[in-house]
Amino acid sequence: MPKIIVEVMPKEVLLDPAGKSVNNALHRKGHKDITAVRIGKRIELHFDRPVTDADIADAQKIGESFLSNAVIEDVVSVTVQN
Amino acid sequence: MTIKIGVVTFPGTLDDRDAQRAVRLAGAEAVPLWHADANLHKVDAVVLPGGFSYGDYLRCGAIAAQAPVTAEIIKAANGGLPVLGICNGFQVLVEAHLLPGGLIRNENQHFICRDQRLRVENVNTPWTNEFALNEEITIPLKNGEGGYIADEETLKRLEGEGLVAFRYLDSNPNGSMNDIAGLRNERGNVVGLMPHPEHAVEPGFGPDTNIAMKSGVDGLKFFTSVIHSLVNA
Repeated sequence: MPKIIVEVMPKEVLLDPAGKSVNNALHRKGHKDITAVRIGKRIELHFDRPVTDADIADAQKIGESFLSNAVIEDVVSVTVQN
Repeated sequence: MTIKIGVVTFPGTLDDRDAQRAVRLAGAEAVPLWHADANLHKVDAVVLPGGFSYGDYLRCGAIAAQAPVTAEIIKAANGGLPVLGICNGFQVLVEAHLLPGGLIRNENQHFICRDQRLRVENVNTPWTNEFALNEEITIPLKNGEGGYIADEETLKRLEGEGLVAFRYLDSNPNGSMNDIAGLRNERGNVVGLMPHPEHAVEPGFGPDTNIAMKSGVDGLKFFTSVIHSLVNA
């Protein structure tokens, strides 16, 4: 089934406690070359018909108004998988 | 005249019964409001209580901000209805754009539950008028995502216009910018804070004080304040 994938990440300037915690655990496991971990969200919007350009524009809007909060997050990509 | 204060229940709300009890102890009638109901039943004020509305999926308060009852609250708040958001309710107010900024996971990554000292920094709201300016109060705090953030410009405006209503004292539990524990809007009718006044309204169930264990009732003034302002309106 076709789907639109919206990816949301915490803003670069923001402390990402979940990412920081995972980074610390990775360092304890010896992965010292990893300098930082950032954790975001992947949201899939599924359709049972082909996805149109209007759907993508709509997804971008939904992404910016509801799926993310502009104060703390950025929509970093909106892609289609058919 | 009986003052009617609505208390909203979303799926996942936990503290609605406590908030209703606080309303009653202060002397008003508590009116339960349901998330799917696009009707405020002529209440004189609204409390958005704490909990995990809609499981806090997506972001804390994000889905609740889109609920039918919230659309009515936004309209009424813009018309001057007193609205208090506690903890998850504060997150709903922020997600509904009734208050600026955002709330993120606590800096130390832990859920925190403790009696928290606060300083009341703004008493010109229906929810805080019975406090003294700079009064220091203790009410319980319990949250995992209470770190207040805003961009530099918003923060400057909040400070410049005196919109910070409460600030953490002693220690900042969650990394909130400028130790912000609660805010008011420009009009003053909308107030949100992370700590829980409804858990400090009854001797025997509140925070410890120097006088006796669990005797703290600093939270009651939120509810008596709003009654006071509505009666004198």
